[in-house]
Amino acid sequence: MRARTIRLRPGADLGGFRAAIRHLAQANVPPEAVTWVEGDAASLFPEEASAAAPALALPRAVAALVSPVVMHRDPERYGLLHRLVWRVLQGERHLAEVASDPLVHRLSLMRKAVGRDLHKMHAFLRFRRAGAGEGGRERFAAWFEPEHHILAEAAPFFAARFPSFDWSILTPDGSAHWDGSSLSFGPPGRREDVPEVDAFEAGWTDYYSSTFNPARTNLAAMRAEMPKKYWHNLPETAAIPGLVREAGRRVGQMIARAPEPPVKRVPARALAAMAAQEPASLAALNAIIRASEPLVPGATQAVLGEGPLGAALAFVGEQPGDQEDLQGRPFVGPAGQLLSRALREAGIDRDRAYLTNAVKHFKFEVRGKRRLHRTPTAGEVAHYRWWLERELAFVAPRVVVALGATAALALSGRPVPITRARGPASFGDRPYRGFITVHPSYLLRLPDEARSEAYAGFLDDLRRAAVSAAVLASEAVPAAAGPVQDREDAC
Amino acid sequence: MDDALKTKLTILADAAKYDASCASSGAPRRKAEAGGLGSTTGAGICHAYTPDGRCVSLLKILLTNYCLFDCAYCVNRRSSNVRRAKFSVDEVVTLTVEFYKRNYIEGLFLSSGIIRSPDHTMEQLIRVAKALRQRHGFRGYIHLKTIPEASPWLIEQAGLYADRLSINLELPTEASLERLAPEKDGAAIQTAMGQMGERILQAKEERRRFAPAGQSTQVIVGADASTDESLIRTSARLYDHYGLKRIYYSAFSPIPDAASILPSQSPPLQREHRLYQADWLMRYYAFSPDDVAGATESGMLALDVDPKLAWALRHRDRFPVDVNRAEREMLLRVPGLGVRAVDKIVAARRHATLRLDDVARLTSGLKRARPFLIAADYAPVRLTDRLDLRARLAEPPRQLSLF
Repeated sequence: MRARTIRLRPGADLGGFRAAIRHLAQANVPPEAVTWVEGDAASLFPEEASAAAPALALPRAVAALVSPVVMHRDPERYGLLHRLVWRVLQGERHLAEVASDPLVHRLSLMRKAVGRDLHKMHAFLRFRRAGAGEGGRERFAAWFEPEHHILAEAAPFFAARFPSFDWSILTPDGSAHWDGSSLSFGPPGRREDVPEVDAFEAGWTDYYSSTFNPARTNLAAMRAEMPKKYWHNLPETAAIPGLVREAGRRVGQMIARAPEPPVKRVPARALAAMAAQEPASLAALNAIIRASEPLVPGATQAVLGEGPLGAALAFVGEQPGDQEDLQGRPFVGPAGQLLSRALREAGIDRDRAYLTNAVKHFKFEVRGKRRLHRTPTAGEVAHYRWWLERELAFVAPRVVVALGATAALALSGRPVPITRARGPASFGDRPYRGFITVHPSYLLRLPDEARSEAYAGFLDDLRRAAVSAAVLASEAVPAAAGPVQDREDAC
Repeated sequence: MDDALKTKLTILADAAKYDASCASSGAPRRKAEAGGLGSTTGAGICHAYTPDGRCVSLLKILLTNYCLFDCAYCVNRRSSNVRRAKFSVDEVVTLTVEFYKRNYIEGLFLSSGIIRSPDHTMEQLIRVAKALRQRHGFRGYIHLKTIPEASPWLIEQAGLYADRLSINLELPTEASLERLAPEKDGAAIQTAMGQMGERILQAKEERRRFAPAGQSTQVIVGADASTDESLIRTSARLYDHYGLKRIYYSAFSPIPDAASILPSQSPPLQREHRLYQADWLMRYYAFSPDDVAGATESGMLALDVDPKLAWALRHRDRFPVDVNRAEREMLLRVPGLGVRAVDKIVAARRHATLRLDDVARLTSGLKRARPFLIAADYAPVRLTDRLDLRARLAEPPRQLSLF
């Protein structure tokens, strides 16, 4: 077998290696016959370079070894990979999965070393502010000495993380630069090309020192994860000798020191006031709701409940719609107008009832110029439940009417099938009676022929709820004397 | 950075360091938007290690160490005479952004002493997270400490901006809480954990963003009389009921100006280490809490052998197991074989028959594993039955610390 020398570009020449390995496979050249060298002269085995060899179909596990191992600094890496590929092509298709094989084991260790080096570069590289870049953008620079040929692999991480300022990473093997839109690679840099100081470095070192607990000193564990070879490029490590020297004394002092009585008095008033944080009124609760971010972004404002405290009847809808969102008032859109009409026809004074929604913000999707309502999810309803519960506690209605499934879910805490549960309902251990009916928007969606019957049913529900509230009101009159009325009869 | 800010940072980092959590993992992979800042990689990154061997991943600070609570184990309790300081919201935001830009940190871990009221304190924490996300387009990691006594809607908001939320249980029993942390309420802690767990799960199902890296907690080890078994059973319950991502065990450590109610002594680091190992066994090695309990001696894990080895020594009849044939689950029970080694064994043995040398290439724990396994060219000669096996495998008593 004729001996061959293959010359690849210095560093991690994955492309060159792939092209070479295809030729070698096509020509059936065994690893013993090949010498791999790195050099700048681009002389890729000239006698064969003319014809491109076909791509090799190699198992995924092989490819997963090749690309990281090519970055390893070991000059033997290409020869070892060639041995792997050779054996796979000779019939050991699953070789790369046999981690216990000595060759695979060695290559796995090399892959691990490269992976670790990449991870440590992402972790231990430190930027320093280096004046202003293009267009007044901030500029940062860093010096780092990777163990392996990983710069090209490591740089995209920094581009994804720091797109908003310009930066350069200089290494003894090459440099990487980000200008706000693209990544480029250049010649090796020098440590002196990076500023010697940074305004935040001293503060960072202070932080590092303060977060160290001297009672847990464990230098072996530190060195295992942050080997000394990295220290000279990590500003905070300058504090280590002092921290270690002082640790014993500091701990001894803490242990030996007798407990001292507190200098300050017990802040009795502050302690008493601390417990009183619950909103004390509906107005206070509303202020909290108004100040809160919508769970799903987009709403103009929170739409709060409306109506007098102590209203006998409270109506809970789903969520504000387009009109409600813009006006900041509940039930003012088409469904709200239908509800107003129904209340009037059922003999209920809207101004004396309390109207609110389970969810306080409009959730929608934009279609052309329209904002189309989207039903809140169970999780979103649960998110707003705390407020609804407290709101109703302040209003203290006698009967709470859930308009539709979302309101019933919010009030009862579980999904409720509206058609079956329609009518008087219990929302758990509450000081009010529950009642379930449909949402007026449901009536709007019905075809004309079905609507009048459904509307009549809705009116009937509203009347029953009102009667229930009236009966409860009469019961609330001192219950000292008189026969106990059968509540269910009243409904 | 001016000196006043540096002083605050020194005080408020010192005050925060007894929280063991350092993880920046579990968040979905994110990149910065144009003009924004920060990314998350999923696995988390430790940007430095302090001489205690612990990872510095997040800027871990308190918003303030003024506190109305008086928890005996805590350096910041109101009766302690330590120096106090308070950051403004903007100061925390600036420190986070500037440290982040220099690649010092993965993000922020913000906690606070309780000032004015739990709600007020929680609102301040949320304001910081919100400013980072909205004003700076910050996509890095944010861990917010949740104050269980705060109103439930504030917890709902914290999850919108934070990757991870945590409430520290600190003491595993109600009785210890009452004695050592009078203002804390065990029931409130569990309720808040339950609320967060439910919300995190729901958001995941509905593909909404709410604390995507889940919730964690911390338990202090050695400040009360709780046994390892009770700690482990508490942990199992928390993982099970509230879907916790992680429980941290923090060896009670001497603090400046300690309370007289607690003993001042070196932290029980080896015990903490064994608890982490036992916790790992439950999460990655299919050990039940009963299995772990079965490896303890009157409720305490052995310090000289790891809990898996302790379990194996008590169940010698289950060994040796054949690396070429045994179920994955049984291989996971072999002392010295980690999850990765077991997975490599299972993959490799499909195509090759493993000898002892092969196993040696897959694990660094062969010394412990040897008496418990069979390979193609090796079987332990009644080694499993030897009375002195424990003594042969035990670690020499070692000082985990310098002193």
